[in-house]
Amino acid sequence: MPLKTLPTGLRKAFAAAAVTVSATLLLADSASASWIAPETGGSPNADSIHSLYMILLVTGLIVFFAVEGLLVYTLWKFKASRGHEAKQIHGDTRLEIGLTAGSALIVIILAIVSFMKLGDIRNPPNSDAAGFPTTKVVADPGTNQKIPKDGKALTIKVTAFQYGFRFTYDDGDPSTQDVYAYRDLYAPTNTTVLLSITSQDVNHAWWIPKLGGKFDAVNGFNNWTWFKVPGDLAGTTFRGQCAELCGRNHANMTASVHALSPSDFAKWLEDKKTQLAESKDAAAKQRQLIDAGKPLG
Amino acid sequence: MAAADVTTKTGERTLPKVPLLTTSSVERPLTGWRAWVLTTDHKKIGLMYIVAALIFFVLGGVEALLIRTQLGTPDNTLLDPHTYNSILTMHGVTMVFLFVIPIMAGFGNYIAPIQIGARDMAFPKLNALSFWFFLAGGIVFYASLFFGAPEAGWTMYAPLSDDAFTPGFGTDAFIFLAHLTGISSLVGSVNFVVTIANMRAPGMGWGRMPIFVWTILIYAVMLIIALPVIAVAVTLLLTDRHFGTHFFDSTQGGDPMLWQHLFWFFGHPEVYIMIIPGFGIISEVLPVFSRKPVFGYKALAAATASIAFLGTLVWAHHMFTTPSPTAVLVFFMIGSFLIGVPTGIKLFNWIFTMYHGAIEFKTPLLFACGFLSMFLIGGITGIFLATFPVDWQLHDSYFVVAHFHYVLVGGAMFSITAGLYYWFPKFTGRMMGETLGKWSFWFMFIGFNTTFLVQHSLGLSGMPRRIYEYGDYGHWATLNLISTIGAYTLAIGLLLSMINGYRSLKNGAKAGPDPWRANTLEWFIPSPPPAHNFDIIPTVRSVEPMKDIRQEVAARSQTASEEPAQA
Repeated sequence: MPLKTLPTGLRKAFAAAAVTVSATLLLADSASASWIAPETGGSPNADSIHSLYMILLVTGLIVFFAVEGLLVYTLWKFKASRGHEAKQIHGDTRLEIGLTAGSALIVIILAIVSFMKLGDIRNPPNSDAAGFPTTKVVADPGTNQKIPKDGKALTIKVTAFQYGFRFTYDDGDPSTQDVYAYRDLYAPTNTTVLLSITSQDVNHAWWIPKLGGKFDAVNGFNNWTWFKVPGDLAGTTFRGQCAELCGRNHANMTASVHALSPSDFAKWLEDKKTQLAESKDAAAKQRQLIDAGKPLG
Repeated sequence: MAAADVTTKTGERTLPKVPLLTTSSVERPLTGWRAWVLTTDHKKIGLMYIVAALIFFVLGGVEALLIRTQLGTPDNTLLDPHTYNSILTMHGVTMVFLFVIPIMAGFGNYIAPIQIGARDMAFPKLNALSFWFFLAGGIVFYASLFFGAPEAGWTMYAPLSDDAFTPGFGTDAFIFLAHLTGISSLVGSVNFVVTIANMRAPGMGWGRMPIFVWTILIYAVMLIIALPVIAVAVTLLLTDRHFGTHFFDSTQGGDPMLWQHLFWFFGHPEVYIMIIPGFGIISEVLPVFSRKPVFGYKALAAATASIAFLGTLVWAHHMFTTPSPTAVLVFFMIGSFLIGVPTGIKLFNWIFTMYHGAIEFKTPLLFACGFLSMFLIGGITGIFLATFPVDWQLHDSYFVVAHFHYVLVGGAMFSITAGLYYWFPKFTGRMMGETLGKWSFWFMFIGFNTTFLVQHSLGLSGMPRRIYEYGDYGHWATLNLISTIGAYTLAIGLLLSMINGYRSLKNGAKAGPDPWRANTLEWFIPSPPPAHNFDIIPTVRSVEPMKDIRQEVAARSQTASEEPAQA
């Protein structure tokens, strides 16, 4: 079998390369690994995706070095030269079976690891005690929504449109106007925030790399994801942008998520409510003037 | 003909020369441009496919350079967003529909019939029809440049491609192209299947078909499976755009997800349709230049078939971020993982084909090895993308752009280049220049990796694909500049090969029938081959008929020389 005929030195070199690479990667902190790994640090789901990615990356690099090494060695060792005859080998059934089993094993292990990690990535945790007080979430049937174990979370509706995002904070009271914002999403730390994502026109995608993966905004569908910013990151802004080609201004369809401490967030929400009420009153007064046929202002 | 009796000098009468065959009329062979336009010869059609595809490749390449130039610096204003989106769409559609698929059809047309010992395709006129439909599709599509080019990306996602959001001729031109090239490929594929099934040389059982012929057969079957679905999808889009239907409009009870499912049911097999004939080319080139039989013939053929089978079952791995149930995501993740197994088998078989060989570093072999080293990278990143929770970060980012260019440029395009260098002597009777070929390879190899390796990092740091400009954020400016420099290096490499081809047409060394001492039947006949290919169709006794023929010739000349000379 060709693998067995590989010189010991070469096999040792492969092993050493693989071990060095794996160790470096696993020990490297996430900041320095940003060239070779997804963004992380803003939310537990982003962190879990990052650690699953690192497992794939290390496995991938081992395979990469093994196969490229074998290729380069073969090209170097079996270059045509005088007196060197090609061996007329047609194949090796045992080797084929071994390789099939080996690659199947790698794939199975990776699948198992992925499923073990899936829960942390997909299922939102409970909010912390120090978080913004939230109410019970009513599950959205027929969607991929996941809710925390205690059922409590802050739900924000993300509506994508050409070319921006609108964020609506549902207060559960149909008689009052919900607080809404464009482009800048304000969210409390230590709190599980569920995002219900949809589009009012073409397909878009919500993607704030540090807060987890991207999710498509499709008209007529609700797509769900979540994030939970740790308390020490209050005051941080996370940037992102639409990831699905949505027309000519796709490149400038950006969004920012501002993490506020729960008390600051409560204040922001109250301010917004007041502003909304004030503008509603102002609009009502103008309407009265218009109805009475008097000049505005 | 009335040749009078001739009396020789010695006075003996010889009989008049009588033709062996009589005919009432003889058609003059066509000359000039009519010889090409009216031809039904599979070789001429194959060459027309290859040349037309290469012309479209140059157009697509110029579009790629425009994209990379625009992205070379942050906030560039060279292209406006409308133009950028059009160029991006044209680039994708051109490379998929007008370059890779048709050039593989070109190789298949020229080489596959000869490799199986046939004198032409089963349906020569349909074969010509296929080519002209393909060319018409390309011309219709490029005509849209004068009427408003498409701008919804090659995936044409509804509702963006619907008339409400992209009115104008562009999307309709794409629909027309999909139908014309679709009919072209369907007719061509049926032709391939019939030819390969029925017209093999005596002795060439299924187990003795060259791997390249296997891959063309599988390519054809996959096209027959996938193409009707895209035909349906674009027809629905056409009626949505012009006849008041709402198949993809959710405000009227339609479903935008339907487009994605239909598109990718075609689009994912399409990816394998593009690469599988490339696998075939590699499987021809490696054994010839290693002077060894291909390692694991049956495993290679079986792995190709299983990649094709699995490849039709994994379309929704392009849709991991859509609102879909987890069970769907899991199914498509496992399916995509499984493709890694036969792909790994193929890679190992190719490397073991060279192991213990006597490797001759000719240009086709260099490109084949470039293919192996880069297709591996595309395969590994494919596993990353197949893991759907990880794909949530990577999807629609530059990581994906890097991944599929590793598969389609590092994979398909390098195998095509290997094939062009390998079969150029057969097509033209002349060898391509080796020195220029090697320079071209190194420019392309280094240029390609410079362009696309850094794009993985760009995607990981949050740069989405298909944006016409970006701000100066993190390392984006540096990495994009590196990528742009790489793209121009790659272009220089390609230019060198084009110059090489052009020069070799006139000045290349005469090739003779079998310049590489290769294994398959196309090398049995003169270069370029006569219209009927074979005077005598040889009987095939192994996967490598030419090796048998060479051995037999050697054995006979040996016996001839050992026999005592007769006085």
